[in-house]
Amino acid sequence: MLTLDDVSVDYDGVPAVVDVTLDLPDGEVLAVLGPSGCGKSTLLRAVAGLETPSAGRIGWDGHDLAGVPTHKRGFALMFQDGQLFSHLTVGRNVGYALRIRRVRGPQVERRVAELLELVGLAGYAGRLPATLSGGERQRVALARSLAVEPRLILLDEPLSALDAGLRERLAAELREILRAAGTTALMVTHDHEEAFTVADRLAVMRGGRVVQSGPIAEVWRGPADPETALFLGYARVLHGDAAGVLLGAAAMPPAPAVAVRRSALIASPDGPLLGEVVSGRATPEQVRLVVAVPGVGEIDAVAPLDLHPGPGERLRLAVEAAKLAVIPAGGLPAAGAHSRDP
Amino acid sequence: MTLGTRWSRPLTLAGLAVVPVAVLGVFFVLPVAGMLHEGFWADGSFDPGAVLEVLGRPRVHRVVWFTVWSATVATVVAVLLGLPAAHALHRLRFPGRDLVRAALLVPFVLPTVVVGVAFRQLLGEAGPLGFLRLDGTAIAILAGLVFFNVALVIRGVGTAWESLDPRPAEAAAALGAGPVQVFWTVTLPALRPAIVSAASVVFLFCATAFGVVLTLGGLRYSSVETEIYLLTTNLLDLQAAAALSILQLVAVAALLLVAGRLRAVPGGGADRVVARPRRPARGDTAALVATTVLLVLVAAPIATLVSGSLHVDGGWSLDNYRALTTDGTHQALLVPVTDALVTSLRTAVDATWMSLSMGLLVAFVVTRRSRSRAERRVRSGLDGFFMLPLGVSAVTLGFGFLITLDHPPIDLRDSPFLVPIAQALVALPLVVRTIVPVLAGINDRQRQAAASLGAGPLRAVLTVDLPVVWKPLLAASGFAFAASLGEFGATSFLARDDHPTVPIVIYRLIGHPGPMNFGMALAASVVLAATTTVVMLVVERLRVPSVGAF
Repeated sequence: MLTLDDVSVDYDGVPAVVDVTLDLPDGEVLAVLGPSGCGKSTLLRAVAGLETPSAGRIGWDGHDLAGVPTHKRGFALMFQDGQLFSHLTVGRNVGYALRIRRVRGPQVERRVAELLELVGLAGYAGRLPATLSGGERQRVALARSLAVEPRLILLDEPLSALDAGLRERLAAELREILRAAGTTALMVTHDHEEAFTVADRLAVMRGGRVVQSGPIAEVWRGPADPETALFLGYARVLHGDAAGVLLGAAAMPPAPAVAVRRSALIASPDGPLLGEVVSGRATPEQVRLVVAVPGVGEIDAVAPLDLHPGPGERLRLAVEAAKLAVIPAGGLPAAGAHSRDP
Repeated sequence: MTLGTRWSRPLTLAGLAVVPVAVLGVFFVLPVAGMLHEGFWADGSFDPGAVLEVLGRPRVHRVVWFTVWSATVATVVAVLLGLPAAHALHRLRFPGRDLVRAALLVPFVLPTVVVGVAFRQLLGEAGPLGFLRLDGTAIAILAGLVFFNVALVIRGVGTAWESLDPRPAEAAAALGAGPVQVFWTVTLPALRPAIVSAASVVFLFCATAFGVVLTLGGLRYSSVETEIYLLTTNLLDLQAAAALSILQLVAVAALLLVAGRLRAVPGGGADRVVARPRRPARGDTAALVATTVLLVLVAAPIATLVSGSLHVDGGWSLDNYRALTTDGTHQALLVPVTDALVTSLRTAVDATWMSLSMGLLVAFVVTRRSRSRAERRVRSGLDGFFMLPLGVSAVTLGFGFLITLDHPPIDLRDSPFLVPIAQALVALPLVVRTIVPVLAGINDRQRQAAASLGAGPLRAVLTVDLPVVWKPLLAASGFAFAASLGEFGATSFLARDDHPTVPIVIYRLIGHPGPMNFGMALAASVVLAATTTVVMLVVERLRVPSVGAF
């Protein structure tokens, strides 16, 4: 079990990570989610032993890790760009950590073959990294990290160097592989979809601090403040009366603020709200609309593909309660304002 | 936090740096300081007035003016001649290109004395270009300087040109710019840092050239460097020599600082993207012709040198080479040239391992990732410190050795290591500049990846650094070896009369009358040139981009 107690990291006196406290039980995957520059990579590097915390304590199973150099921590670190050793074959890259631990001969080959099988690259052992595609390289890097069954695997934006389609597929595979290997993992990412696909637990970081953490569904259902909600993929945060109207339509108790996903409002003949279409755009699955709802203002909505309302048309809308998240009063600034996704 | 993590990095840094710093302190700072002391403290009292008086002398003004003028003109000419060749040899693909590339790199490592001898043979009264009456003129010196340094322009600009992204030029062409406009508006601006950087290094080398000016300039023309030599050896005017040394040190340090600022961003080691060279097109004719002309200009002195060495009394003969086992007419030498060659090779081996081990340590120390601003400052300070030998006249260094390392606690007067140490220091910046860009080009995350997989610091170096650095290391050793073989400035002070190196012997031979002596000088020059050329061809085959790129 990894424990971080009030960990801070400075770069030349400039704080990058401030008072972070986190727990990661064995066998679970924790995603640290945050915009670039929020200190999440620094946090990961501190756990790996590549940065020295200026305060606080990083521990494993109750033992303080301060003073333990990177190569003795037993944590494997996987970089955004893989960092394969380009002069070694795929097989030797994957077997690298085994050889360092003086495993020799057929045992290494067996394990390498097993790992390549696990990441879907059976038979690639003799290739050189330069001949692989980006996705294949990341798989090799993952296999290399898993080779000696590390106590903890640290993933630094493992998929963000890949293109969108591949990223989605590999995220699901990554989860399967980590699950199959039973590995404890700490992953940092700026992509909330990736975090949802791979992780069990989520910690949201902003300005060097962890602003919210917990099991992933819990965090997703209850973002602590508007900024977190927007970062988690909610399209808008409504305050005051607007929030009241929407919550009422969803048959939920009133609250000062509510985060709304893009598809929370659905065109429906017997919906409780009436809106006027401002603009519409067809996507392969549905029509995305912006509608003006009295008392709410402009808001996103969706309609089925066979219904393509033009601007100015009036439309009845239903609200899906599961796509709203009430923001607790503690997470709100003193004066409420209408804010939206940039 | 334990003591271990807080102090282990600074301690490792200090541990790695202590040896080269101590060596440079004893064998560089101490001698140079001793030399300066000699100048400033006349008869035991501090007397800076005498130094100022020296700087006011009309002859010193003339010397300084000549140094600046010749270096400027030679730099401009070298850049103008080097640019088309850089294009032809680094952007085009044609049969024999690699051979031409290597051939044009040869002059840079030719011993200065050899270049001097070759130009005298070419331009002298009996030489093929004797009718031009250039022997002993400033033009001859300029030609020698350009001959020497054009390789630096081709190298420096060529590697930058090679790694230039071709797309902006294609975009400009798509917008309607002709080839000439593309060159002026896109290519040249992109190359400017590399050109400025190469030009500043060429200027530096021209302004501190010793052997070429001494052998071609005689007594009529003197640069600051040769003047220091004349003042110390012939006139024994140490104050004047010290004054000029200080002037040179300050000027060169300033120049290095400027050059460092302007230095092109290193291309990096591992993953450099290089546009594929293309076949020559009609528009490349000018560049190809210019390259051919340059090749002829570079080949002419060498060709006359070789043919001169094979001529005795108007006929072909190997007598000049046979004479290398003798001590020359009128006992010009104390030992035969063959002995000197053995001494040269031995010295070069020693100088090579010395500069290599020091340079490697220095390169590792300055390229490690710094975790704090203070650490970064220390590292870049060390980087600059080890470039210092580039800025101090080899003559000053040699003379400083002579006067500071000849009494206890450090008495090296009779040590066989005195000459190799001096040569190693002269070669050190070359070695460091060859290795540093490669090490700096390694993504530090590779080492971190190795560490996170369980590799200790040493193992991480073996896994990550060694595979990338071994070739540059070999190239650097070849470079250091060649530089040591040809080193003349410091060696001329330090080599013992009964153990001279080949450049010393050559210089002595051309200073002694007797036709056989000059013939022997030619033959010895050919042997020395051939040796350094072979070494350089091997280096060139390693294809290390940072060789000769400062």
